[in-house]
Amino acid sequence: MKAAKHPPRPRRGWRTGVCIAVGALALSGCATGTDEPPSAAPPTHLSGTVQLWHHYSGREAAVVQSVVDDFEKKYPDISVDVHSAQQDTKITQVVSSGGDVDAMITNVNSTLGTACKTMADLAPYMKRDGVSLSDFQGIFAKATAFGGRRCSLPTTSDVYGLYFNKSLLARAGYTEPPRTLQQLEDMALKLTTYHKDGSIRTLGFNPLIGFQQNTSATLGHAAKAGWTKDGDSAVGSSRQWRALMSWQQKFVRKIGYNKLKTFTAGLGDEWSADNAFQAGRIAMALDGEWRVAFIQEQAKHLRYGTAPFPALAGSGQRYGGGFVSAADIGVNKRSSHKEAAWALVKYLTTDTPAAVKLANGIKNIPTLKSAATSPALDAPAPYRTFIDASKDPASDTSPVTEIGSTLTATMDDFWTGYQQGSGGGLADGLKKVDEDIDNALGLRRAK
Amino acid sequence: MTGPALIGLVVFFLYPLCANLFYSFTNYDLASPPKWIGLRNYTYLFTQDPRVGKAALNTLWFVVILVPVRMACSLGIALLLTRRKRAAGLWRTLFYLPALVPPVASVVGFVFLFNPGAGPVNTLLRTFGLKGPLWFNDPALSKPSLLLLGVWMMGDIMVIFLAALLDVPKDQYEAAELDGAGSGSKFWYITIPNISPVVLFSAVTGVIAALQYFTEAAVASSVANGKTGIDAGADQLLGYPNDSLLTFTQWMYVQGFSSFQLGYAAAMAVVLFVIAAAVMAVLLRKAGLFRQKGA
Repeated sequence: MKAAKHPPRPRRGWRTGVCIAVGALALSGCATGTDEPPSAAPPTHLSGTVQLWHHYSGREAAVVQSVVDDFEKKYPDISVDVHSAQQDTKITQVVSSGGDVDAMITNVNSTLGTACKTMADLAPYMKRDGVSLSDFQGIFAKATAFGGRRCSLPTTSDVYGLYFNKSLLARAGYTEPPRTLQQLEDMALKLTTYHKDGSIRTLGFNPLIGFQQNTSATLGHAAKAGWTKDGDSAVGSSRQWRALMSWQQKFVRKIGYNKLKTFTAGLGDEWSADNAFQAGRIAMALDGEWRVAFIQEQAKHLRYGTAPFPALAGSGQRYGGGFVSAADIGVNKRSSHKEAAWALVKYLTTDTPAAVKLANGIKNIPTLKSAATSPALDAPAPYRTFIDASKDPASDTSPVTEIGSTLTATMDDFWTGYQQGSGGGLADGLKKVDEDIDNALGLRRAK
Repeated sequence: MTGPALIGLVVFFLYPLCANLFYSFTNYDLASPPKWIGLRNYTYLFTQDPRVGKAALNTLWFVVILVPVRMACSLGIALLLTRRKRAAGLWRTLFYLPALVPPVASVVGFVFLFNPGAGPVNTLLRTFGLKGPLWFNDPALSKPSLLLLGVWMMGDIMVIFLAALLDVPKDQYEAAELDGAGSGSKFWYITIPNISPVVLFSAVTGVIAALQYFTEAAVASSVANGKTGIDAGADQLLGYPNDSLLTFTQWMYVQGFSSFQLGYAAAMAVVLFVIAAAVMAVLLRKAGLFRQKGA
């Protein structure tokens, strides 16, 4: 009987491994294209199909489509294929994998730090076509570039401020909204009413971080609390952060964390007609300009006003501005229709009627100066507050970094624990936040 | 004949596995080509990531608590159902029904039931003069609240146990009774050895599912924080409250698809794979203890 053969030893296994590794490398591809300079003069005739990807959906997508239709009428030989309702991450993935994208709209604060690398440098196109950064309101021009590259321009923006219920304030004897955080707290405590069992019936202002638009980014602005210095985290050494967070934690304690949590958990959805401010369950709220449109649609009879969000006294913050963020639009570095895509970007960002139509439809704040002052802009009084804030020198946004929303999310995470007393010491906690942000930045910058 | 199978193996198993391993040693953000950075991702994972430790501990909690509790409850219910003669089908259907509800819908329903302000559970407690807890909004109770949901949805395992229990030869019980064995002895010496393959199957699949626990925790975090949907930006709500529901796979998702740290997410996936493989090896080794002698 023959001895059974041993199975052959996989001596060539390492070769297979190498082949697979090489294949992985090859398939990872991801060539990012180059910044080829545009032609010296603008093309006399533009044609082709431009693929536009953006994150708007539903009603807002219809508005974008309508503006794109106007663009196609202006350039009859350019057609635009619009890919709506695409999340920023998806757009970045498609662009990175060489997908057919010519122009893309993303979010400045969370995505630009990564997406900028995939976008063409617009500076030469702007210089050639006479587009100036001074055409834009406030800080939006600065906020839509990253790492010294002008990779995008702002389209529309979100501006945050204070909404107040006029009826509830009047009942408590107030005729004006607060201008400082201390006034906000005093008024909020007076406006807060309780049931017999001690639970909250109506809240003056909800100070909890994590409630709707209460984040470290939006509230941090009230204290002019800075995020970075020379590209690294600087929250640990910031007196403003310590003052702001101490104020907030004391405010939470005065009402009671558990009471606030119970009340907050029982509120309706932020984006429905049951929104706590719209339903009169909260007298004052930090929110974006979009709430004006929601109230017009869902709570027509609400007597309300808007104002800049109060500033923390002694922090150096000036009353009048607000936290802002923007949608940015750029051209894919690998686009084979760069001139047509640039024409679309230019139209969506610098054409006054187009910018007005976008703002009127989406109900965001225009970033183009001429659009913000246009008589065609539909700007009821409550909305006007946000337009004024958008150009106020005190308005600012969180910095664009390689780690996107991780910057603010790290702070939110610590603050959420701190507000209920489980975050440990404030100074040590903020130093740890510094360390965590720097470590995340270090990983991202690793070579 | 094995060609197509080999191609499938290479394309759908070997290549993703090797590519993932390769990416785990790179700095890769999708927007630029991956850069080889050696063990930097692993160093960050084990020494610097501020949330991965919490995420790993939460995942461990689900493995150690959720899996055994679900198994024990489903085995217990299955045992009771085997003894039920009248309306047996109705009872079996009733216990199985929750497993048919999509996980997202179940979580949304549960979070509503346990809403501290307006939920029926706390409203009922209030009628008895009791102050209800914050449930999903309390970091100390959020995981136990999800455990309740897990137990409610145990129908899938219960059905498997039920089938196994009904297959245990009756004559073995009869012989044991003749020898004077009690209920406990019969369960330990007859039932358990007979259903040990099913116990092992439930443990293995349960542990794998717990290591990959994502949907229920993500939806609970989002809904408990006042959002009715999982929309753009919802990933920032993952872990609410206070990271108590942040699981390893959720954090991996955030790193990969929200923070664009694809290389780091790949390193997390490698670690998860190694842990899962080690746990499975231990489980399958220990499974020998449950084997019937002579089997």
